[in-house]
Formats: sequence, structure tokens, C-alpha cells
Amino acid sequence: MATLPRDPDALTNVWGPHLHRMEGSSVDTGAEPDKIVPTHCCFCGQQCGINLKVKDNLVIGFEPRYDFPFNKGMLCPKGVKRYLQGGHPDRLTSALQRDPKADGGFSSIPYDVAIARVASEIERIQSTHGPNAFGVLSGASLTSEKAYLMGKFARVCLKTKYIDYNGRLCMVSAGAANKKAFGIDRCANPWDDILNAEVVVIAGSNTAECSPITTNYVWQARENGGKVIVVDPRITPIARTADLFLPVKPGRDVALFNGILHLMIENDWLDHEFIENHTVGFDAVAEHVQQWTPQKTAQVTGIAEKSIRAAAELWGTAKTSFLMHARGIEHHSHGVENCLSTINIVLASGRIGRPYCAYGTVVGQGNGQGGREHGQKADQLPGWRDIMNPAHREYVAGVWGVRPEELPEAGVDCYEMMRKIDAGEIKGLLSICFNPKVSLPDNDFVTRALEKLEFFTVIDFFLSETAQHADVVLPGSLHEEDEGVVCQVEGRVIKINKAVDPPGDAKQDWRVIQDIARALGRPHGFTFDSPRAIFDELRVASKGGVADYFGITYERIEAQNGVFWPCPSDDHPGTPRLFEAGSWNPIAKGAGPFYFPDGKARFNVAAYRPPAEDVDEEYPVILTTGRVVSQFLSGTQTRRIGPLVDQYPEPLVEIHPKLAQKHGIAEGDWTTVESRRGNITLRAQVVTTIRPDTIFIPYHWPGRKAANQLTIAAQDPISKIPEYKVCAVRVRKELPVAGSQLPGTAGNRQPGTGNS
Amino acid sequence: MMEFFLDPNRCIGCQSCVAACSECDTHRGHSMIHLQYVERPISVQTVPVVCMHCDSPTCAEVCPADAIKRTGDGVVQTARKPRCIACNNCVLACPFGVPKMQTELSLMMKCDMCYDRTSVGLKPMCASVCPSGALYFGTREEIEQLRPRSEPINTFQFGRQTITTKVHMMVPRDAGVQHVDVLSAMNEDPVARMDVFDEIDA
Repeated sequence: MATLPRDPDALTNVWGPHLHRMEGSSVDTGAEPDKIVPTHCCFCGQQCGINLKVKDNLVIGFEPRYDFPFNKGMLCPKGVKRYLQGGHPDRLTSALQRDPKADGGFSSIPYDVAIARVASEIERIQSTHGPNAFGVLSGASLTSEKAYLMGKFARVCLKTKYIDYNGRLCMVSAGAANKKAFGIDRCANPWDDILNAEVVVIAGSNTAECSPITTNYVWQARENGGKVIVVDPRITPIARTADLFLPVKPGRDVALFNGILHLMIENDWLDHEFIENHTVGFDAVAEHVQQWTPQKTAQVTGIAEKSIRAAAELWGTAKTSFLMHARGIEHHSHGVENCLSTINIVLASGRIGRPYCAYGTVVGQGNGQGGREHGQKADQLPGWRDIMNPAHREYVAGVWGVRPEELPEAGVDCYEMMRKIDAGEIKGLLSICFNPKVSLPDNDFVTRALEKLEFFTVIDFFLSETAQHADVVLPGSLHEEDEGVVCQVEGRVIKINKAVDPPGDAKQDWRVIQDIARALGRPHGFTFDSPRAIFDELRVASKGGVADYFGITYERIEAQNGVFWPCPSDDHPGTPRLFEAGSWNPIAKGAGPFYFPDGKARFNVAAYRPPAEDVDEEYPVILTTGRVVSQFLSGTQTRRIGPLVDQYPEPLVEIHPKLAQKHGIAEGDWTTVESRRGNITLRAQVVTTIRPDTIFIPYHWPGRKAANQLTIAAQDPISKIPEYKVCAVRVRKELPVAGSQLPGTAGNRQPGTGNS
Repeated sequence: MMEFFLDPNRCIGCQSCVAACSECDTHRGHSMIHLQYVERPISVQTVPVVCMHCDSPTCAEVCPADAIKRTGDGVVQTARKPRCIACNNCVLACPFGVPKMQTELSLMMKCDMCYDRTSVGLKPMCASVCPSGALYFGTREEIEQLRPRSEPINTFQFGRQTITTKVHMMVPRDAGVQHVDVLSAMNEDPVARMDVFDEIDA
């Protein structure tokens, strides 16, 4: 029974989001902290070092952590204000059960009673309908220890094949492309390799807002003489002063990079020696891109031909370079091809595996990298092993003390899990660190699917919009209430340190999971007494895999300011830069730098396909979605932090004046955007910094402010990433109807400033 | 000697400086930084404004209560609470628009370059956190080595008033105007433009 117990307003009144601001000891300027804990930010994949000030078991503020080499004290506003999630009035401090008679739709129950109920419902569903009738959703903001434990819990304790994670909405296109081309999925270079790159290509990354610390690296590259090329349908802050701005029409990235490769071949801007000795498949790709003449590329991408030629020349003639991309090219029904098309121009240039010769995706979530390495993904076992590979199954089963044939087979991606819930195949669900009701495309369908669950339990620290559907909510832990490792954007494994204890009945997530295993009478393999003990097993489980953590210890992480994997042994220094001659490689075993038996990288033909839903007469405008700097993902944390909400309180629809004028829309006007799946009414921000055929809405809000009411659930056939970056919509000016109140009129703000 | 350098060319408008300023222990809850879009309809350019710490501070010169003091090392401080009469003269007179009147406190407050931090060898809060390097605190040698494309200036002309400041502004050595525009970078081909503009211009 997973319908909402009360109407959303009643739920919000009790459980928030309420805004937490500086109060009590956090404004007491004389308050001396009891201790200062060096750790990392809880939000994005940059994983900036930060010192948390702690007093009376509360995080009361921060101090810059100048000694951490990646960010040297720098932080974005989310990092500065992150401490306000502690001591929050919305914090869940007891277990809850669905109770339509309670004011907020939930009533508190003893923790042990809640665990027993979860276990009995799992038992009931699985004994009636089989083990695969219960599924698990997990997340890439968890530490690697927890992510590892979730994969093991699903396969060993629940024996279900249905586990997947919210990294499916994040880096999977890049991951799949990296595996196809390099045999390994990790950013190939440390960020210092940006600093002296002659050309920095930023494709589909709103760097300044989504990975702000990277900005300083890019600006420094420019000071050192580098040129910056930005590919984006919007002039984001990183694009504002770009040497070359390529305003690509959303969904046409493959065409652009194929067009650049065409010009590289035509002008012989190729590293023949590298292509010959270290790659496979160039000829087929060269033949494929013959059709991508500059004229055709310009027509399809909507970018001026002269700019395409200039980009190809800058890229083609450079001695060093760093190509980075992010969700802008990855969130597509052809996201893998988009990434492969960028890798093709990297391989053709031969600029990889050396200082300042670099390629990588800018991961989004805090453990976006580590969370996709150790087995919470539908088809994966720890150490980047494949759950369908008999040798891999045998090794991991041995570590887990089970027989290989007991391990389930590969499951399906998280959106397909929603479809299986809708179809009645999955009847029970446990979710942690995931807010699919806000973050998955076509919200309406996701809500209907959740409502069909016979039993739904959520582990969370705030009552997220998804948790509002739960039968039982188990109070988990905030980032600062536990320790463990994460792997940040560069591939550097770092350590999150515990600053405070969880409040009330709240428990560290791994304890909650183990309590469920015990209540199920299946405690074998779930009796860890600390994250360190989990990590020690993870190290062994990853040993010999591509993502080999065996040589990484908490002590080494502290001593080295992080250790880059692969790190196969105690005496191995770690691998800051992949693909260097002679570097450790368990697949090629000396045959070459790339992770295939022959040691060679793969060119892959990247064929152009238009977006799944292209514009037409009925829906003539392209919608693209993304983030703003002051909010993070589905906003479960950041929509509860007062100063971050003040900075950008409500989603706006960004629209070019040409399109706005056609519909009589002026700055600040209520504007309705409608797709085949839903509609949304927001204030317009009329700006010339976006393509006139495209509008932009940030996606951090739920309900009637959710951009994902409009987006399409089309997915990449390989990575299964949803196409958040393109769907077809129409827009109109919304006229106020007498007596009706448009959404969001309370808390008036000056629209379009983005400034508080 | 550590100095403060403002480099608006690098600013990304993230407001990290604004957020961090309000975390400073001496004025927690109040940010002393102004961060604004120059003209958002046509550009994402933003400009952070901190106190420039003038050698002859106009704010102090116009203060009828003699409440604004400049330290020996050139830091212009927030008004002295016992003296400030909240008259707003300084707010109106400052050529950079820095002082803020905190009406609930009847006190003018402004950036004091994190005197509590800098006096013990720490960087100011804003220049610590700024993720783009638009606010930078370091030596002149460091900034010259790190930012060869720009040069620091500290003389400003407002009408007939010439002002020299302790804080430096980084300005491009090559003063060419950089302006990126979507339309000028789009494909000119009429076939490709058709789906973009015919619909819209109709």
C-alpha cells in the first residue's frame, strides 16, 4: 500500500521541507567548537575537503580545509552551508509507519518493531512470489562500504536480482563508453593535467554550477596559454569567456564530434603512430565520418561552420589537451555514442596517458565514481566485475562464502524496475539514497508505479518525496554521522570522517541493513562491526578486478591525501594517471596500456541518431534540463537549507527573447510548458544566453514544480540512462484567472536575478 | 606581504563568497559582499564587490560621527557601534557602493577584510572559498606568476575624484572586449536556420 497517506500539503506541513537557518550556537560567534573534523563535502563528485566545526554533537559551522590538495580550501555555496543539514527540524529521529490518521500521515514506532515489520513483509512477499518479487534501489551518494554492502545484501541476503542505483541517472553512459573504448571506467587523468593543457574541451558540462571547483583549474589553464572550447546550448558561466563557444542543438553531439574527426582526417591532424600501435578500429570510424562534412555538421548541429572548423583546427593541432564531458552529452537516448564520439577524437589525436593529455567525465554525485565500482549496479559485482562472468561469480562467491550458483543473475536498470513494479512483477521495494519520484523522468508514471507496491520501505534521514510513499521509514544516517571511503572525480579514493553521532533512534545505514538481515534470520555475511571491517572485505572482493582497491587502507588514504585506484598491493603507490607505459594492468598484462588483452584502445563507430522525441508542429520547442549551483540533485537536503533556497528559490524557465516574443512572454511572466507527459507553470527568465529553439528548466523540485513531469523516459539502449536533455514541448504565456492563485506566488521574489 | 586581488573576469556568480562571508565569526549571519549580474538578460557576467579599502576612505570622510576607522595597515573597518548614528551618509557616498546599513542593528557594517583571520595569518573567508579565483588573497609575486594575462590596478577615477585602494583589481593586459553570443555562433545556413527561426519569426 504505497499511496500517499495524506495529501502532499499535510505531509509537507509536518515533514518539510522546512528551511533551516543559522540559529543557536551556529550564530554564537563566541562558541568554541569541541573539535574540528577534517572530512569532505556531502554533495558532488568534486568531494572538496572541508573542516567541520562540532559542538555538543552538532555540526555548527565549517572552516576551509586548506591542506586538501584538490580544492585547497575552496568551496561552493552548498559546501559552505552544508552544516545546516545537521540539527535540522525535519531530521528523522525515529522509525515511522504509514498512518493516514496522523497529522503528517506517519506515526513513530519503536525501531525494533519497524525492523521486524520490514523483515516479515520481505519474507511474506518473497515466499509468496519468489525472491525476485522484492527489489532494492540504492544510491551513489553512499560511501563505497555502504554501496558494496547494498549489492551484497541484495544478492546474498535477499537473493534478488533486482538491485540498481541512482548512478543510472548519472554517469552510466560515460561508464559504458569508457569500457567499450578503454576497457576501464574511470577518469583517465588527475585534475592537475588541466593546468597546462593547450586546449580544454568542455562538452555538456555546466562546470561553474555543477562542479564549481573545476573552474579554477580551467581558468588557470587559460592563464597558462590554453584555449577553452565549450559545447553547450546555453552560455553557462564557464562559456562566457570561452575562446570558442559551440552552441550545439540539444541531441546533436555525435554529429559535432564526427564532424571534427572528419576535419582531423582531411587535414591529417592525426597521430598515426599512436593509432597504428595502440588502437583498433580506426579505419571503420574514418569511413563512417566521411559523410560528416563541415556543411552537414553545421546543418545538423546548428553550429556555425566556421566555428566547427576553428574547433577542429584548435583540437587537431594542439600538443596537449584535456577533453571533459558531463551529463549534457550523457543524458541522451544515444548517450553512449555521444561519449564514444568524443573518445574517437581523443584517440585520433593520440593525446592520452601522458601529462596534460587527458580525457574524463566529470562525475556528478559524491561517490559517483566509487558508487559504480563495487556491485550495487544491476549487472555488476565488486571490483567492476561482471555478474554474468562465471570466473567473476566464482571469485566473489568465494569471498562471500556462498556457492556461485546461489548468486542471482543480472537484473535490470532502475527505470525498468519501475516498469516491473507497474506490471506487478516487483511487489516489494527497499530504497536508500534515491528519490525517484523527483529524479526519474515522467514523474507521473513513477508515482503510479510506487503506488502499486504491496510493501515499500525507505531508509532516509529526511522524509523525501519518495519516502512519503513508504509503509515503513527507517531513520538512517547523514554524511557526517558515519565514516567510509568515496572515490571522487579524479579516481582518488578519499575518506569521509565521522563528526557526530546519529540523533535519537537514527542509525548508520549499514547497521540498519544488517539489522534487517538479522531479523530475516539470514545474518551470515552481515555481522560487520564497523565501516573499516566492511572496507577490508571490499578490498579483498575487489582484488584482481579492474577496480582493484586491495592496496588501499584508511591509513594510506590519510597519509597520501587519497589513493588513486587501481592500487593492487600495499607497496603500489596508486594510479593517478591511467594508460601510462608500464602501469599496472591486470587485463593486458604488459601487452599495452589499455585494459584489453591486446592492450589496445578501441575506436567505435558513433552513428548519429536524432533524439527519441524530436520537435514537431505540435511540440515545436526543445526542453533541456539541468542544475543550478545552490541546489543538488532532487533537493532532499538542499531544499531544506535556508540560505541555499534564498539564492534560487523556485525553478525558472529560461527562454530566448525571440521565442518569448513570439508568445508574448516577458521577463517574470508565468509561462506554461507542456509536453506529451505533463505540464508546468513557472516564471520566465528571458535571456539571450540560450539557443532560441531551446528552453531550460532546472530539475531540483518536486510536485507541480518538477521538470521531470515533462521529461521522457526514453533510454540509451546500452547504458539505460534516461534522455533528460531533450524532449519536445510547447510554451504559452499563462494568464491569471480571476480568483485562482498561480503556483509559487507566495514568497515573492524578483524573478530573473538569481540573487538574493 | 599578502594582498587582496579582485578578478571579476573569473567570477561565475556562484555566491560562495556571499555565503562564506556570513559565516565569518565577527559578523555571523550578515554578508558584507555584494554580488550582482551586470545585465542578466544578455550575459551571465557577475561582479563581486568587496570593500576596496581606500587610502582616503570616502565613507570615513563623510561620517559625521567619526565612527569609521582605518587601521594602521590600511583596513577600513565597520562603523564603531557606540558612535554610528545610522545616518546612511557612508552608504550614499562610497563610490563602490560597499557599506550596508543594518537597520535592525542601527549600524553600518562592511567588509573588514576578515581582520580576525588575516591578523592570525589566515586568508579572508571569501578569498578562501571562491572556487573560480575571482577573489584571491596572496602575494604580488604569486598573482603575477599565476595570472600573466592580467595586471593589478588600484587607482580608480570617479568623476574628478581619484581613488587609490589597498585592494587590487585584475584587468586584462590585452583589453580586447570579449563577448560571446549565441546567435553569432549558430549556423548561418538557411536550411538549418529554418526550424529555428521561421517558426519563431512567423
